[in-house]
Amino acid sequence: MSTSTLPVDQPRPVTGVTPPSLLTLVRVELRKSYDTRAGRWLLVTIGLAALAVVAISLFVDDAPKTFADYFSFTQLPVGILLPVLGILLVTSEWSQRTAMTTFTLVPRRSRVLTAKVLAAAVLGVLGVLAAAVASGLATVLTPVFTDQPMDWSLSAAQAGQVLLVQVVYVLSGVAFGMLLLSSPLAIVTYFVLPTVFTIVVNLVSALDWVRDWLDLGTVTQPMFEGELDGQGWAQLATSAALWIVLPMVIGWLRIERSEIA
Amino acid sequence: MYYSRPMRVTGRVGQAHPMITIDHLTKRYGAQVAVSDVSFSCQPGTVTGFLGPNGAGKSTTLRSLVGLATPTSGTATIAGRRYTDLPNAGRQVGVLLDAGAQHAGRTGREVLSLSAMVLGVGPQRVDDVLTLVGLAGRPAAKRLGNYSLGMRQRLGLATALLGDPQVLVLDEPANGLDPEGIFWMRGLLRGFADRGGTVLLSSHLLHEIEAVADQLVVIAGGRIVAQGSKQELLAGRGTLVRGPDRALLHRALDAAGIPVSPGPEDALLADAEALAVGQAVAAAGVVLTELRPAGGEGLEELFRSLTGSAGTGQQVQEVLA
Repeated sequence: MSTSTLPVDQPRPVTGVTPPSLLTLVRVELRKSYDTRAGRWLLVTIGLAALAVVAISLFVDDAPKTFADYFSFTQLPVGILLPVLGILLVTSEWSQRTAMTTFTLVPRRSRVLTAKVLAAAVLGVLGVLAAAVASGLATVLTPVFTDQPMDWSLSAAQAGQVLLVQVVYVLSGVAFGMLLLSSPLAIVTYFVLPTVFTIVVNLVSALDWVRDWLDLGTVTQPMFEGELDGQGWAQLATSAALWIVLPMVIGWLRIERSEIA
Repeated sequence: MYYSRPMRVTGRVGQAHPMITIDHLTKRYGAQVAVSDVSFSCQPGTVTGFLGPNGAGKSTTLRSLVGLATPTSGTATIAGRRYTDLPNAGRQVGVLLDAGAQHAGRTGREVLSLSAMVLGVGPQRVDDVLTLVGLAGRPAAKRLGNYSLGMRQRLGLATALLGDPQVLVLDEPANGLDPEGIFWMRGLLRGFADRGGTVLLSSHLLHEIEAVADQLVVIAGGRIVAQGSKQELLAGRGTLVRGPDRALLHRALDAAGIPVSPGPEDALLADAEALAVGQAVAAAGVVLTELRPAGGEGLEELFRSLTGSAGTGQQVQEVLA
């Protein structure tokens, strides 16, 4: 085999090469989220689940039949599955040991982590858009299959708060991924820990304040209808600090300092 | 003793600007010292073989060089800069540390395409390196889960070459390659160095790298035990002598005042010129079956003497296999 196809210039200065832009790194991370079978099937499943949810609400007689209702329902599968994609965005680098290549190509690890956070946020927005498409489809079909008219009304508050809550969820997944660096451990913990937390704070009345200020599930519930109010925003901030900022900061620092092997 | 311990043969004096410089590098994990006070440098246009048994500290040294591990003390630099301070590291240094460290669900082409995006090189470059390493066509479209170790090594080399770097850092790149593949890789690395590139590659097998390396750095137990040009390390290190009666031979050489150490198999290594050995043996009337300047046995003997203590004997066998 010949090596002459590889032009290597005579000694060149090790300067004048620009680092990859953050936009490039975000595009790379987005591509990583769908270029494996696991990632692609997760995205397909999210789309199918959104369609299944609107189909159910379309054909169940007493379910409300407006675009806003469909839009609200479809957030459920998106909100459950998209954080898994956020987790895998981080943990697959360790489970599949690609972190070695990733961090030798971009040795400033915080740039990679920033790109992952931004890519996850983009995925959150795309998830909401997919839910909106499914909801639009159901709205168009509403007069066909039911005796109700098309109702396209959607408040800006609901659209905005739904977008925000999905980004919050997917970033929570990224934070769990960064903290635990293991796909199965992070996925199980992401689902079990907040659920146990919600059950406990709801059972013990002395923990009502914890539920109101630190339980992300409880705090974000009104956002699906766009009904988060003044104190709700403060409660969202404190809950996000516990479920996103805290695990992400600990995980981020550990990744920055740890040895990649 | 055949060699002083530790031995340092100064090679290539007068070449001013090394491309890779490892300077008093030490890496501890808790109480365990993985690498202790390691120093060596690699010049442009040369291939450096980094040789040692498994667990000797090769990978730790290379990980410290490319910013995946932080040295406890000392420095490792590329052209005078820490790896993490290089503007676009992948365009300057091609790295292959573990061919198995790739996502099993991606195709070979996809792995390269992702790296190409980061490096800012076009899709044409992906095709070029796929052709270069012999993975063009159908292999490039296969998922890595279906790759043999040899194919993964080729893909890892392709990744390292993708950014058209001036430096290659390769950890055990010959692992899993068949003899034809090892021959091919030697040619590729030789060509890279001959065009002015700098190559640092590690191996636990002497024969894998002795054919291509200009310089050898030998590490055992986290310490450099020998380094220098291959000629310096391998040549002129006494005489290999063999006869039907080993004990008789040994006594004859002792009587002539020639230091003797055990050689490979039943041979002896005499620390003297062939003429002096022949004269001593003839004077004692001992029969010989072999008498020649020691070649690679010099380095093999070095391994035996420096790393052959209890517990590492099996590893030394691996190096010499």
